[in-house]
Amino acid sequence: MDLSSISPVLLLASVMVSATPILLAAIGELVVEKSGVLNLGVEGMMITGAVVGFAVAVNTGSPVPGFLAAALASAILSLSFGLLTQVFLSNQVATGLGLTLVGLGLSSLIGKPYEGMKSPTLPRLDLGPLSDLPVLGRMVFSHDIMVYLSLALVAAVWAFLKYTRAGLILRAVGESHDAAHALGYKVVRVRLMAIAFGGACAGLGGAYLSLVRVPQWTEGMTAGAGWIALAIVVFASWRAGRVLIGAYLFGGVTVLQLNLQAAGAAVPVALLSASPYLITILVLVIISARGAHGAPASLGRPFHASA
Amino acid sequence: MGQPLLSLRGLTKAYPGVVANDDVSFEIGRGEIHALLGENGAGKSTLVKMIYGLVKPDAGQMEMAGSAFAPSEPAEARRAGVAMVFQHFSLFDALSVAENVALGMETPAKTRDLARQIREVSEAYGLPLDPYRTVGTLSAGERQRVEIIRCLLQDPRLLIMDEPTSVLTPQEVEILFETLRKLRSEGTSILYISHKLEEIRALCDTATILRLGQKVATCTPAETTARELAEMMVGSSFATPAAKTTTPGEVLLETRQLSLPAPDAFATPLRAVSLSLRAGEVLGIGGVAGNGQDELLAALSGERLAPRGTIFFKGGDVSRMGPVVRRDAGLLSGPEERLGHAAAPNMSLVENGVLTAARREGLVRNGFIDWSGAARFSERVIERFDVRTPSAQTAARALSGGNLQKYVIGREILQNPEVLVVNQPTWGVDAAAAAAIRQALLDLAAQGAGILVISQDLDELLEISDRFAALNEGRLSEARPVAELTIEKIGLMMGGAHDMEVADAQP
Repeated sequence: MDLSSISPVLLLASVMVSATPILLAAIGELVVEKSGVLNLGVEGMMITGAVVGFAVAVNTGSPVPGFLAAALASAILSLSFGLLTQVFLSNQVATGLGLTLVGLGLSSLIGKPYEGMKSPTLPRLDLGPLSDLPVLGRMVFSHDIMVYLSLALVAAVWAFLKYTRAGLILRAVGESHDAAHALGYKVVRVRLMAIAFGGACAGLGGAYLSLVRVPQWTEGMTAGAGWIALAIVVFASWRAGRVLIGAYLFGGVTVLQLNLQAAGAAVPVALLSASPYLITILVLVIISARGAHGAPASLGRPFHASA
Repeated sequence: MGQPLLSLRGLTKAYPGVVANDDVSFEIGRGEIHALLGENGAGKSTLVKMIYGLVKPDAGQMEMAGSAFAPSEPAEARRAGVAMVFQHFSLFDALSVAENVALGMETPAKTRDLARQIREVSEAYGLPLDPYRTVGTLSAGERQRVEIIRCLLQDPRLLIMDEPTSVLTPQEVEILFETLRKLRSEGTSILYISHKLEEIRALCDTATILRLGQKVATCTPAETTARELAEMMVGSSFATPAAKTTTPGEVLLETRQLSLPAPDAFATPLRAVSLSLRAGEVLGIGGVAGNGQDELLAALSGERLAPRGTIFFKGGDVSRMGPVVRRDAGLLSGPEERLGHAAAPNMSLVENGVLTAARREGLVRNGFIDWSGAARFSERVIERFDVRTPSAQTAARALSGGNLQKYVIGREILQNPEVLVVNQPTWGVDAAAAAAIRQALLDLAAQGAGILVISQDLDELLEISDRFAALNEGRLSEARPVAELTIEKIGLMMGGAHDMEVADAQP
């Protein structure tokens, strides 16, 4: 094994890229779950975002419309989930699983003509003197704009939930929809907005996979990233900061194990491939083992105004 | 009194199959405490929801201080000066006091200013409260303070209180009444919903009585006896449980220094609970909600196993035995939560009967359920306890609370228990049904069974118990004969007003 072939600087740089899709999907799902809705369709919304983003970027020749279209498409898809669960009161778990299946099927249908193509990708930002810093410049300050946007989004979601009145109402709806309704807040409307936001974030995450991380379209390319995003939200105890830790940890171990495989480490490949999942869940379980777990009290429960 | 603050004229609201309010008219004066009295299902909550803008009336008008008042949402009602303290469903456990208060206001101040306002108002009205505490960690009385302060911060003209005293100790009730009288003297009107007649007679200036959606009468409670009020509510006279005359026999159920850790973060541990229950005796256990009632019931029923040598039934150690073994031996129990604990909501009454009575009533043969026997057993319960239901095949959730309660208690009583442990047997049950359930418990005791009644309704415990003990933070006081007790002594046994509580050493 030749560990010297692994460059720590490049490793850390690729961690940020590798973690971004999961981070985007997870922070969106965090908001959805904080409003009391369990949307298990993250995987389906991600892959829909991936294919729509890819198709639009190829056809327009620019990645920006791709990202916008991906967010829009996944938000619309998520609103179908919202309509079924919030208006027609269907079961959230079953509907979410259905959404994943629909997303996977729909994406392979849309994506068939685009297989093997190459998409325009996002340029790296030139942050001037910051990008020229030794080590740090390469590691942290020479990524594309989506990496920084995703980090800004985590901070924005954290501040929104903690400091704004709208965030307080969203948490209140997730905590007790009956009480929120009794105080006159529009439970269904708040939840639909949260669901659409979660869908848009998942779509951005998917598009980041197909436009930046890979960047091409292959069927089933999300490969469980949506499920990991869901798991991260739970093990992060529904806190934005811990979602960031979870996503970067997962991204980090993924990149590390790929590098170890390439360096020919004497560990079975299957074990290395499984390690990001194992380590992320293990670490987050340890973090959340003490103290309250903080699941929103109305999570996954159907709400009907007359009840 | 001059022009009334709020006048209701001909308010009507119908839901499919039931008229919740039928042509209800009355007036609430300025600076008046007005009681709204009625049994469950009499239409009190629908009426209040119309005033608070949660429900739109089908017909009728409201006038607030002389101008038309038809709130289409709670925010509009709040702007008009209506504030409401809810019975359930209005606090968020995981949020802080200040956040909970902010959610009930139209334009809340910044958190820091709001916290200061909460402190000021809470001190001005003698309701101390820390704005940064998480609501889930507060006692029932403190949670109610949160709601009251949330209302007071909006300077309401009309304060609606829905069954506010059901969760308070007598001392806390007194503090609440002082606050309400102070508000009245400042000109605030209060609409006070309750079915506790003595309280209404002590506090309220006027009372409006509803029955089956219609107004029966408006009267001055201080000039009316509690019995007259109750009969107006029910529409007929009903029997008060007859006093009984059995002498207690041998000890049937005993716990010795029973301690159990809390099952989850918001629950209460049991701390060295010792009690003994004799044949033919009713032991009443009082206490404010959340002081270990559910945990005590779970330990006695066998849902949670206790350490060896702590629970004895007829002299034998049953601490490590599950509910099935205890039921076979004759130790039966009925938990507080009707839907989801005592009964499975989506199953029929017959199926729910089988769930607890299968073995004692011989409803299972060779592993197969004897459905005709099960139906006969359910019919017996329905007939004997006057359960109003379309049929025994009706789903439990379709019954009203009082009827389902009669069914789940009756189901246990008809199995001839030697010891019956019940938690809140008449919670949310109308006066006539409650009297019937209490009489059935007394009859069972007269036949030689031991009855352990856990309840938050002190009047009920004083009426039917021979001895009384109180649960406070998982500790059980010594049981004392009811004849020796006064309300003040009971209040102190329950822990007094929670702020004055004397700290004692943790075990």
